[in-house]
Amino acid sequence: MFEATAQNRRNRRVEGLFRLLFLWMTCMLILPVALILGVLIVRGGPAISWEFLFTQPINNMTAGGILPALVGTVWLVVVALIASVPVGVAAALYLSEYAPDNRLTRAINLAIINLAGVPSIVHALFGLGAFVIFFRFGTSILAASLTLAIMTLPVVIVATRESLQTVPLAFREACWNMGATRWQTIRKVVLPNSVSGILTGVILEVSRTAGETAPIMFTGAAFFLPFLPQGVLDQTMAMSLHLFVISTQVPDVPEHMPFGVALVLISMVLAMNGISIAFRVYLRGRKKW
Amino acid sequence: MADMTHAADRRDLAWWVDRAMQVLVLAGGLSAIVFIAGIFVFITREGAGFVFDRLDFREFFFSPRWTPTSSHNPTYGALALIAGTASVTGLAMVVSVPFSLGAAIYIGEFATGRVRETLKVLVELLAAIPSVVWGFIGLSIMNPLIIQVFDVPVGLNVLNSGIILGLMAAPIMTTIAEDALKAVPDTYREAAEAMGATRWQVTFRVVLPAARNGLVAATLLGVGRGFGETMAVLMASGHSINLPTSPFDSVRALTATIAAELGETAAGSDHYQALFTLGIFLFLVTFAINFAADVFVRGGRRKYRRRGRRPAASANP
Repeated sequence: MFEATAQNRRNRRVEGLFRLLFLWMTCMLILPVALILGVLIVRGGPAISWEFLFTQPINNMTAGGILPALVGTVWLVVVALIASVPVGVAAALYLSEYAPDNRLTRAINLAIINLAGVPSIVHALFGLGAFVIFFRFGTSILAASLTLAIMTLPVVIVATRESLQTVPLAFREACWNMGATRWQTIRKVVLPNSVSGILTGVILEVSRTAGETAPIMFTGAAFFLPFLPQGVLDQTMAMSLHLFVISTQVPDVPEHMPFGVALVLISMVLAMNGISIAFRVYLRGRKKW
Repeated sequence: MADMTHAADRRDLAWWVDRAMQVLVLAGGLSAIVFIAGIFVFITREGAGFVFDRLDFREFFFSPRWTPTSSHNPTYGALALIAGTASVTGLAMVVSVPFSLGAAIYIGEFATGRVRETLKVLVELLAAIPSVVWGFIGLSIMNPLIIQVFDVPVGLNVLNSGIILGLMAAPIMTTIAEDALKAVPDTYREAAEAMGATRWQVTFRVVLPAARNGLVAATLLGVGRGFGETMAVLMASGHSINLPTSPFDSVRALTATIAAELGETAAGSDHYQALFTLGIFLFLVTFAINFAADVFVRGGRRKYRRRGRRPAASANP
């Protein structure tokens, strides 16, 4: 009834070629990274041991472990989360539940895009000028974490807003019709239905915060500090800066050490992202509406 | 009548809580504006003295001599630094724009189901790799590779950091470009397919032109990412002040200069303020890039709305 003409066949061949070309391009983005990860695992793997993870660096950081850097990164991330999650969730609630389509909302959205787009080193300058000098926090975990919090605020806002918007409008309308105020609706209906989505955003922020280097260089992270921080006004070492320091600033570091640090750092970050993604996929599968 | 007024005038505890929360979330929303304004105010505050007293615009933009530590005659020419940033970002874009758009087309228009989801997740994971790790890769893996393959004395150069930066900027460009493709209404594709067009004809003649604004925005955001990247460029570009003439020249970027020198300056000195001036310049340029990208994204969206396609129902207008 229908016979493929020469034109049809040629079209199909061209289509196949383009398909292959685009697939190849996609692979070219992903494969190099897979290769690099492989190299990191092969060359950094042997460095990793309990001792490496849980002892102090010794001999001017050419031997020993990375404990202060690990603990410092945890401090930085936790304090940054405490500062940014409430603000980020509030901002997302405003944009998703209250904001009218006006200039102010456009300005807020533009500000969020720019917070995400401003170079990390400019955030560092801001943190130095504002928190370290103007507010007199000194170079401290507090100053570094606040800088990180502002830098990663867009991550929380965007993820939370997306999650809030997956709650159907009908849910809210049903609640309003019962005489509930806007806040009661948010508190009892919108937030419970989106809290897990917000959580994936928070996990994503943890991963971003843990990997940042430039914003903490001048605000609170120290090159070498063989003590664990005691409070938020102390300086601290951090994994990301430690990788920079031992791979560029310190002579005679045995080769496996920076590879080990890089492997630990990237494992932390990818694990966090993996959890966040798995969580999201699981939630999507479970969704009832 | 009186009863109705009373019913509308409901000022119980719930009403007051509602009011208070409304103010609180508004404050949250406004904080984004406060922070971005704060960034500008505080970096200007630290750099202002230099900008107004010491800065010679001709020297800053047209002299390649950046010698702030010279004791008798410090000069603050940023041309070489701007050229360094531009060459690295430019090469990164040449490498990654075609691949990112290609990947976006494959993920958005060709791949289906599980393959598509997997590729999207992989691209997302690429975006998560910290920049200091990229820098380390440039330093310890790419550097010896480039020395070996091209037989050059130093592997930390424009080529190295351009490739690294290209790989770093690719995920965001792929994601935004794929969003732009997805925003093209399916009715466009169906209309073209009904005319007998093949998939690639639909893609090239219909979808890509319709998504043009979004694709421009994706590229702009990639440029912004490259322009502002700090650690990777600091570690992989060789960090020597140079007007590059070939991809094998070492260069130094604006961002990297701040990162490398700020620790060694005294607060308030000319050098310190000059570094903040570089920061102001970076801020203004990235602000302009992001603003332009936003205008393009918005322009693309408005086009479909005018034609009667509205996004799925949500409380957000």
